[in-house]
Amino acid sequence: MLVYLTKRILYTIPIVLGVSLVCFLLVHLAPGDPLVSVLPPDASEDLKQQLLVIYGFDRPYWEQFLRWVGRALQGDLGYSIASGRSVTTEVLRAVGNTLILASVATVIGFFFGLLFGFVGGYFRDSWIDKTASALAVVGVSVPHYWLGMVLVIIFSSQLNWLPPTGAGPGASSDWQPDWAHIRHLILPAVTMSVIPMGIIARTIRALVADILSQDFVQALRAKGMGELGVFLHIVKNAAPTALAVMGLQLGYLLGGSILIETVFAWPGTGFLLNAAIFQRDLPLLQGTILVLALFFVLLNLIVDLVQSLLDPRIQRS
Amino acid sequence: MSAPIVKVSNLTVSFLGGPSPICAVNGVDLELEAGETYALLGESGSGKSVTLRALMRLNPEKKTRVEGSILVGGQDVMALSRTELQAFRGKTLSMVFQEPALALDPVYTLGQQIAEAVAIHEGVSQAEGRKRALELFERVRIPSPERRLDAYPHEMSGGMRQRAMIALALACKPQVLLADEPTTALDATVQIQILLLLRELQRELGLAIIFVTHDIGVAVEVADRVAVMYAGRIVETGSVRDLIRNPSHPYTIGLLRSRADGALQKGARLETIPGSPPDLANLPPGCPFAPRCRFAIDACQTTTPEPVTIRDGQIVRCLRVGELEAV
Ligand SMILES: Nc1ncnc2c1ncn2[C@@H]1O[C@H](COP(=O)(O)OP(=O)(O)OP(=O)(O)O)[C@@H](O)[C@H]1O
Ligand code: SF4
Ligand SMILES: [Mg+2]
Repeated sequence: MLVYLTKRILYTIPIVLGVSLVCFLLVHLAPGDPLVSVLPPDASEDLKQQLLVIYGFDRPYWEQFLRWVGRALQGDLGYSIASGRSVTTEVLRAVGNTLILASVATVIGFFFGLLFGFVGGYFRDSWIDKTASALAVVGVSVPHYWLGMVLVIIFSSQLNWLPPTGAGPGASSDWQPDWAHIRHLILPAVTMSVIPMGIIARTIRALVADILSQDFVQALRAKGMGELGVFLHIVKNAAPTALAVMGLQLGYLLGGSILIETVFAWPGTGFLLNAAIFQRDLPLLQGTILVLALFFVLLNLIVDLVQSLLDPRIQRS
Repeated sequence: MSAPIVKVSNLTVSFLGGPSPICAVNGVDLELEAGETYALLGESGSGKSVTLRALMRLNPEKKTRVEGSILVGGQDVMALSRTELQAFRGKTLSMVFQEPALALDPVYTLGQQIAEAVAIHEGVSQAEGRKRALELFERVRIPSPERRLDAYPHEMSGGMRQRAMIALALACKPQVLLADEPTTALDATVQIQILLLLRELQRELGLAIIFVTHDIGVAVEVADRVAVMYAGRIVETGSVRDLIRNPSHPYTIGLLRSRADGALQKGARLETIPGSPPDLANLPPGCPFAPRCRFAIDACQTTTPEPVTIRDGQIVRCLRVGELEAV
């Protein structure tokens, strides 16, 4: 087990390196002038050259890359071109906000997704299953920014129950666990939970149906096991796959949704990324993407490890 | 003679839900004494597994219609309540499946799976259940049983898995064991070992066994009596001896004759009679074997043959049984 663990962790090193290279290249190979957001249109060629040197954009790509990685290793992702603030600070604050939104959405989405999936798969073709499947289909097919706007129209404009945008009163972007802030969280979290709910419900339902058709379920009944016991066996059989799907969905959620965060003006990573792209803020863009990518790598690692704990069939040597 | 431990009368099982019902079992009668081994022989699709599942009420309840009566160990299986049924399964009547790799839960250790069965029926602790599992593993002669208790099904060979499956089926000392082609998925040499094991356990424990197979050699090896099944009916039943010496139903005759050397070897399948079995969703009137029968006469197309006892314990369903015997 220990060997597997070490090996699996060592494997992430080249992945992380590759990921950072891709981040770097993606941003630098895109067409456009990196200084466009800070320079007035009539800036002199001299000023432009000066700034290029200050930001290091005049160096060859490989050198820029090495410097960037070197500093990133020390937690320094440079300074935002647009705001002049430390990218690390900006990204970390956004990550915090996204995490809050994502974890609430995760709890809602996973809870209902698992419920619908397991119950629907177990009582296949019952009315429970049909309702759950219908909800799941809606969940994966309705565009979520549209759903977000509909919810805003209903619950904010019409009923006036919940605030439409922002993370807290007065455009604050620092979250606090009080009712004023929680109110802001409800609509975006619900909107965001719909997709993982749908995907998880559908995957688990198919999985449970598949497990139910296997001989061992009949064999469990043949030894006198009640339906509750059989159901628990099914859950345990479904757990590794369910976990993999959930891990992936968690990854997507943690990555933040540009659309949802934009619709609800939620100051998370998606919102930040959106801003960075439109302002061509290269250091900010690079830093945000890198942090998000590292998240995925870490998450995959955790899912793999937990999965290997749960599923005896995964080689542990 | 004591009351039979299993008595099935006029069992019919049909599956609804399709365009027309599939009549998988059509009036099966079956009687089994305690300690007796009964082989159910028939080609693929003849309804052997459905019959066994009916005994355990394992066919999907909603889309299955079951008629007739089933008595096992004095209990009316069809009338059992849900909880009675759970107490009955695995305790009075237990089952070994064809493919142990699929019939064992892949994410539980073998020890857990056996302990679970013991816990269900006897309410004992995990440790107690494990002790029982260890005894059973020794009994079915699994080498280094202590270690194997903690193995998962995929970590064992096919033969060992089937031994574990048998141990599981015997965990709560059932009176009757149903074995659905327990050796079909195994290598020839392993097959023999498993058959010997079953026979030995059967003698030691006084088990009654219904043994499903489509291998005559296996049937002869293990059984006291054999029932030959065709299209959901038992067309002939009798002691192994009578059936081999005096096969009386044209289907049985065909099965035995089709074997060129006449010897009963293992691994020989029942595939040598020309034609194929009838569509169970659309059974013809009369004798279901008629389209493939060398001896068929006009009456066979319209009259369903009734069981005829031709000698003590040998019963045949064929209109021409009297004439054919004379041949
Ligand atoms: N749940 C079900 N729904 C519909 N039809 C079924 C169902 N179970 C079995 N059948 C049908 O009943 C018939 C008899 O099946 P059964 O499994 O008893 O055959 P068998 O004699 O055990 O054959 P084999 O040697 O291949 O195991 C088959 O035609 C099968 O398609
Ligand atoms: S009843 Fe007729 S068709 Fe059927 S087995 Fe006998 S002779 Fe053949
Ligand atoms: Mg079968």
